[in-house]
Amino acid sequence: MQQLVSALDLRPRRTWRTTKNTIMTVLLGAAVVAVAIPLVLVMVSVFAKGGSILFKSFPDFLTKDIPPTRAAGPGMGPAIVGTLMITGMATLIAVPLGVMGAIYLHEYGGQSKFAQLVRFLAMVMTGVPSIVMGLFIYVVWTLNFKLQGFGGALALACLMLPIVINASEQMLKLVPNGLREASYALGATKARTVLTIVLPAASSGIVSGSLLAVARAAGETAPLLFTIGATRVLNTSLFHGDDTALSARIFENAKEAVANAQERGWGAALALVLLTFTLTVVARVITAFATRRK
Amino acid sequence: MVVDSAKPFPTSEPPATPTRTAKPNVPEMRPSMLEALMTAPTVYEISNLDVFYGAYKAVRGVNMTIRKNQITAFIGPSGCGKTTVLRCLNRMNDLIAGARIEGKVVYHGVDLYGPDVSATEVRRRIGMVFQKPNPFPKSIYDNIAYGPRINGVRDRKKLDEIVEKSLRGAALWDEVKDRLKSSALGMSGGQQQRLCIARTIAVEPEVVLMDEPCSALDPIATARIEELMRELKQKYTIVIVTHNMQQAARTSDCTAFYTAELDKTGQRFGQLVEYDVTAKIFSNPSDTRTENYITGRFG
Repeated sequence: MQQLVSALDLRPRRTWRTTKNTIMTVLLGAAVVAVAIPLVLVMVSVFAKGGSILFKSFPDFLTKDIPPTRAAGPGMGPAIVGTLMITGMATLIAVPLGVMGAIYLHEYGGQSKFAQLVRFLAMVMTGVPSIVMGLFIYVVWTLNFKLQGFGGALALACLMLPIVINASEQMLKLVPNGLREASYALGATKARTVLTIVLPAASSGIVSGSLLAVARAAGETAPLLFTIGATRVLNTSLFHGDDTALSARIFENAKEAVANAQERGWGAALALVLLTFTLTVVARVITAFATRRK
Repeated sequence: MVVDSAKPFPTSEPPATPTRTAKPNVPEMRPSMLEALMTAPTVYEISNLDVFYGAYKAVRGVNMTIRKNQITAFIGPSGCGKTTVLRCLNRMNDLIAGARIEGKVVYHGVDLYGPDVSATEVRRRIGMVFQKPNPFPKSIYDNIAYGPRINGVRDRKKLDEIVEKSLRGAALWDEVKDRLKSSALGMSGGQQQRLCIARTIAVEPEVVLMDEPCSALDPIATARIEELMRELKQKYTIVIVTHNMQQAARTSDCTAFYTAELDKTGQRFGQLVEYDVTAKIFSNPSDTRTENYITGRFG
């Protein structure tokens, strides 16, 4: 017995290779912590400073009209409704267009000159500053139709479109070609294959990509500044009169030197974070449910 | 029946050494059986088929006749064009950008690549089973019903019937009848491949093309699929690509042997060397390259 143990030494050995492994593991761990610090700090300060007004006067903060800038008290209702309606309309415009664009690019256009041009433009559009999108809509829409929620929705849709196109195309690329071939081999047309096989297989990824775009759009301020105007009362129409949104309210209140306004600004920030979070969770649950049933 | 006209039967070369290694066993054939094999009605008439991928001429000068209710096997080393030729038989190669053919593939008297031929219609009649089992990420039922639904079958009872018939036809019914609504992705590899066969026969094709259908399966699943093929050939014409020579010898009626060669410019291309009844290919091939391949001496 004793002899066997000495002949076969299986204890871990310390070599330069294992040392390198330890060093890299520590470095990677440190990188994770470094990335997490700002995220945690942002969340903590938003909850700490916005929590007091949002939770103390719940649910008034979410439902009441916005008080005058210097006055104390809760009220962000019009901004929450505005954000939901403007972002919702932007999603209705951008997601169908973007997904259809991605289907064209990946399933039909392929490597054709036109498809490559569209793909290139979508990539460039991702990098266009959001305020430029706002200016563009200001010139082509707001100058003709006055300040209204729909202008803001158009500007946000312009921002979302390239994100949706790029994310959806990536997801379509991940659908195995074998599935397409199997469908064609049964005599399916291209349209049928795309609608009944490719899209369902890519759906959860496309939803995630679209959600990313929605979350990004919900937090955008610059494109709304000169397209939707400002109001403190509820406006349930996207096409008549000035509108407002959470992000615009954060901007308005944060630049005031009054504590009452600043508190409302933090409250609006927290409301926006919670709204985006809820949207994400709901959409994830829906996709998980939809894919499990198949 | 030597098909390769460029290289005639090499009589001048010394005969192969008599020490043959493991040659697949094929049942003895009486002349009357051979006669019946050679006179069955023609399904495919392939003449002077060249297949291009872009500027590259991948397969050159294939001539062969595929007959009804037979299993025709394509064998040969990797890169010799077996799968490429197979994919021409239901225009699957159309899906590859830059692929085109020269020559003719005539199916029941109709040129498959003629101007008025729709690839979708062709594939409706000529089904295909792929190397890797590729069930749709749907339920077992919906996988089978997919094809009939394309053809406009909406009636629930009719669909139920087709699903049961197809699954029985693929020897899968008893294993899955209690979980038709569960995902096809939860099945084993062998079951998935039989599901793909069931899905193919659900649209009642005239021909079933199989591209190495057993290469991802264990011997037991392979045996089941081979048994299935023998049953299916009563109704369908089957063309199978296989790397397994034992499989070709066991199951097929006729065998086509392909090789890859280098042309004058050094480009590799595939060609058909010899096509004959399986019994002859595996016992007394006409070409030394076939002889070398089936006895395990490659070259």
